Amino acid sequence: MTTPWLDGYELVVGLEVHVELTTQTKMWCGCATTFGDEPNTNVCPVCSGQPGALPVPNRQAVHDATLLGLALGGSISPRCRFHRKNYFYPDLAKNYQISQYDVPLVLDGRLEVEVERDGELVTEVVGIERLHMEEDTGKSLHLGATGRLHGADRSAIDYNRSGVPLLEIVSHPDIRDPETAQAYLRELQAIVRTLGVSDARMEEGSMRCDANVSVRRPGAELGTRCEIKNLNSVRSLGRAIRFEALRQVQVLEDGGAIVMETRHWDEEAGVTRTLRRKETVTDYRYFPDPDLVEMTTTPEAVERVRAELPELPAVTRARLAATGVPRAQAATILAGGMLTLLDDAVAAGAAAPAVANWLAGEVTGHVSAGDATLEGTGLTGAHLAELVAMVDEGALSSTMAKQVLAGVFESAGTKGPRAVAAEGGLEQIGDDAALGAVIDEVVAANADTVAAVRGGNEKAIGALVGQVMRATQGRADPKRTNELLQRAIAAADG
Amino acid sequence: MSDRALTRMGAAALADAMRAGDVSAREVTDAHLDVIAAHDGIAAEGDVWHALPTEQLGPDDVHAFLVVTAARARAQADDVDRRRVAGEKLGPLAGVPLALKDVLTMRGVPTTCGSRMLEGWIPPYDATVTRRLLEADVVVLGKTNMDEFAMGSSTENSAYGPTRNPWDLDRVPGGSSGGSAAAVAAGMAPLAIGTDTGGSIRQPAAFTGIVGAKPTYGTVSRYGLVAFASSLDQAGPFARDVTDTALLQALIQGHDPHDATSDALERDDLLASLRAGVDGMRIGVVEELESAGCEPGVRTVFLEAVATLERLGARIERVSLPHVPFGLPAYYLVAPAEASSNLARFDGVRYGMRVDAPSAEAMNAATRATGFGPEVRRRIMIGTHALSSGYVDAYYLQAARIRTLIARDYVAAFEHVDVLISPTAPTVPFRLGERTDDPLAMYRNDVATVPASLAGIPALSVPAGVTPAEEGSGPLPVGLQVMAPLRADARMYRVAYALEQALSLDPDPATHGGARAVRSVRAGGGAS
Amino acid sequence: MSSGALSEDEVRHVATLARLALDDAEITALTPQLAAILSYAEQVGEVAADDVEPMTHPLGLIDVYRDDVRTPGLSADDVLAAAPDPQVGRFGVPRIVEEGA
Repeated sequence: MTTPWLDGYELVVGLEVHVELTTQTKMWCGCATTFGDEPNTNVCPVCSGQPGALPVPNRQAVHDATLLGLALGGSISPRCRFHRKNYFYPDLAKNYQISQYDVPLVLDGRLEVEVERDGELVTEVVGIERLHMEEDTGKSLHLGATGRLHGADRSAIDYNRSGVPLLEIVSHPDIRDPETAQAYLRELQAIVRTLGVSDARMEEGSMRCDANVSVRRPGAELGTRCEIKNLNSVRSLGRAIRFEALRQVQVLEDGGAIVMETRHWDEEAGVTRTLRRKETVTDYRYFPDPDLVEMTTTPEAVERVRAELPELPAVTRARLAATGVPRAQAATILAGGMLTLLDDAVAAGAAAPAVANWLAGEVTGHVSAGDATLEGTGLTGAHLAELVAMVDEGALSSTMAKQVLAGVFESAGTKGPRAVAAEGGLEQIGDDAALGAVIDEVVAANADTVAAVRGGNEKAIGALVGQVMRATQGRADPKRTNELLQRAIAAADG
Repeated sequence: MSDRALTRMGAAALADAMRAGDVSAREVTDAHLDVIAAHDGIAAEGDVWHALPTEQLGPDDVHAFLVVTAARARAQADDVDRRRVAGEKLGPLAGVPLALKDVLTMRGVPTTCGSRMLEGWIPPYDATVTRRLLEADVVVLGKTNMDEFAMGSSTENSAYGPTRNPWDLDRVPGGSSGGSAAAVAAGMAPLAIGTDTGGSIRQPAAFTGIVGAKPTYGTVSRYGLVAFASSLDQAGPFARDVTDTALLQALIQGHDPHDATSDALERDDLLASLRAGVDGMRIGVVEELESAGCEPGVRTVFLEAVATLERLGARIERVSLPHVPFGLPAYYLVAPAEASSNLARFDGVRYGMRVDAPSAEAMNAATRATGFGPEVRRRIMIGTHALSSGYVDAYYLQAARIRTLIARDYVAAFEHVDVLISPTAPTVPFRLGERTDDPLAMYRNDVATVPASLAGIPALSVPAGVTPAEEGSGPLPVGLQVMAPLRADARMYRVAYALEQALSLDPDPATHGGARAVRSVRAGGGAS
Repeated sequence: MSSGALSEDEVRHVATLARLALDDAEITALTPQLAAILSYAEQVGEVAADDVEPMTHPLGLIDVYRDDVRTPGLSADDVLAAAPDPQVGRFGVPRIVEEGA
């Protein structure tokens, strides 16, 4: 099948995703995995590569990797071990990375993702070749002549990240468009967050993605692929794949050949550039790490881990769809880690669609707009249920409800919606008599508009509703105001 | 008690004397420091003594130590004495001096691994072996010379100059733990720690007429042992008699959660059956090692020792281990391959030497070419090649399969015999410089020790006798290797003890009358 | 794997992999030494062992793990004490030319 925008070619994409586990300690030593600490403060002889130090694997990391493997429908290798991947790089404290090679911990998984195509959500299946365990590297800080250091360009290494448990998840080249690639990455992110094994923040590097991109004529052998690196967001992934596919088609159409290479995505320029040619790639000299022993498991042990699996996003989506939550909102809620809030609010008596609307709308907007985190808002399911109830009761207009929610955020969750509304005098005017008095004033003061309405210009009533809303500082129910206005105008007529 | 007596006493005897109040730990330590100061070619000044630069070393300097932590050792000894007076219960070897091979880290004490690469490096942590020794109040005198990164069989590959054999100062003490072995033989320490990857404890023990043991792989923690070949490296004890050797192993062995290859099973009591004798024991002589490349003098001493064991009631059998002839080639693939990866971390970034260059890559390459000596470079090259794409299966993995076959040979043999024996090395100590130009000739000296390393089984070398003096050479020691099944370390000590008692050889090089034996020992007088 | 004919170019390639700056004279000197050692080591190929598992641990230990519990490490000062070129709390190196893996 050709890709519509690729001029008779088919796009083929496979993804390699790296996920840092949020274990308490690193893969081989008892150092913290905290992000953003002062350089070289979470280090020990093991992760700083001191002579004589030895790695001992973190049981929790192996457990978490197994859990993710099962969530991805993979099979757990009954026997596997760690290998050394030998290459020199200053951020690699031992100049080899402990990784897995011929037998990974997990084989043969799959991920079902939903992609919007022609306005409809379609399910795509992406096969997962393997999931293996390895360790992260340190970080290089590049200091230019104009940087913090004098003299020529230098780099400086911080080993805090060295040895943080890392999973590499390799998909089959099953992806045929950028949207599926993006959906795959989002789904994987949702799953690891649901499992609680990683915070999967691309901006902090705890989730990273490389894309293998090639194009071919439909039915032909797989084309030569290029590996795209430096994809720092879901959006970059889509843009980079699109650019790279078009570039490759152009090369082929010009009679050229694709060179197997690694390319760097330049986010600002929106292009990929050659990083290094694959034929000069290092010979990694993999061999079983003699410092580590074989890992084994049994079907019984695997089933015990499987029993720990929480509801996975796909199941949640189906459940939410059944309760009337729109799929797009469900996706936002899952990606935002807000499912517990939704479930708690529903348990507290609110209708799922109403809660979902708030979560996918205002709450997501608030969290993604500023520096706020979901946890930082202090929002609870009870708050949401209360908010929905107040709107349902007519105690809050939707405009007022947004203000109330903002008040809840402002209090960092220490005040609930009723408290915020009461303190701020934000409750809707539910009393027809009070509202009627305002309406009478507006009718009296706007004789011309009233005449226009009466003269058949029904739209003119909107201006009157607006006047009432202003007079009540938004606390009037617009629908009820409209009704009362019509009644008042009719009465004045008689 | 004279210094001379103190420095020829064993560890157990010294510990008894200290417990009885006949001598203080400080006196014992000072007596050994005196021998070092007199005969090791060291600048015995200040708190920390450093070995003289190679060009200043004399032909009579043993050069066993690279660094002697004199003040620290004395302070440790004083502390032991104070606590003994205070009535504290102290460990069995409290106050006994020990020499530590310079491949094990000790916080705050320079560790070079015999390499320029690590000149000036002060490790920020203690090896588990070091920690256990310090916790047991053993007095660490200093760090001993070795072949660079433990690669060698003569200690001539040290970047700081070779150690000399106390039996004949023109000969090598073996290696790679030659400094530790020479220190014990010369009376500079009653105990020493070495490491053994393919024979680096056993062969120097044989060459210096002392006892040295390589425990079962996984028995002693490798944490803080700067790795040469991780699947083979084991630290182990040296002493002048079997009992002391067993006592020292008992002190350093045990499970270590910092070493994932460390055995979690309880270790056998090495002393309980030490004196049980060999009467009725079945002892196998490994046919492939009995005569392979053995010098006649070595073979003669070995066969006499076998006859002694037979007289003690052992049943001697000839046993064939068909894959043993492939041990040495397999070893010279496995060990360099692992070494090439283990030594990658020496790149001028985090510690040790740096040779500056305009890029990080060029800096790494220049640092490594300069910091590593010729043998280390050679083995890194062999190992890198053995792991490279297209070769790893035929070289590294094939060698690892041969390990399995050799291990199976041993399992099969141990169904018929209780222990296996062979000469420890095919030669007596050779002359300094005699083999440095021919790496393969040097490697072949490991032929008898490598198979036990590959199988992971415990093996030790115990003095079997002395070759007769010849034209231009005094008498030289010959070692007998005892190999036991996995985790049966106690059994090899039992056999070695029986032989030792029957032979009652004097481990003092001086008593054998060699003209070039270390001077103080030959003189038989006080050390200083 | 007949390395009896190990060439200087192969030795140069291995030196690059091993990150050893060896000059032509050293390569020339090393080549026959390495060839001799390799041809000796190649005896391992004489053993039919295709169905034999390569030894991984002599005792056959399996499944050794540690619990996910923090333990004290080194201070930045301790770990940087041996650094040839400490820079802003980090390990300074000259400009890195190649890209990482």
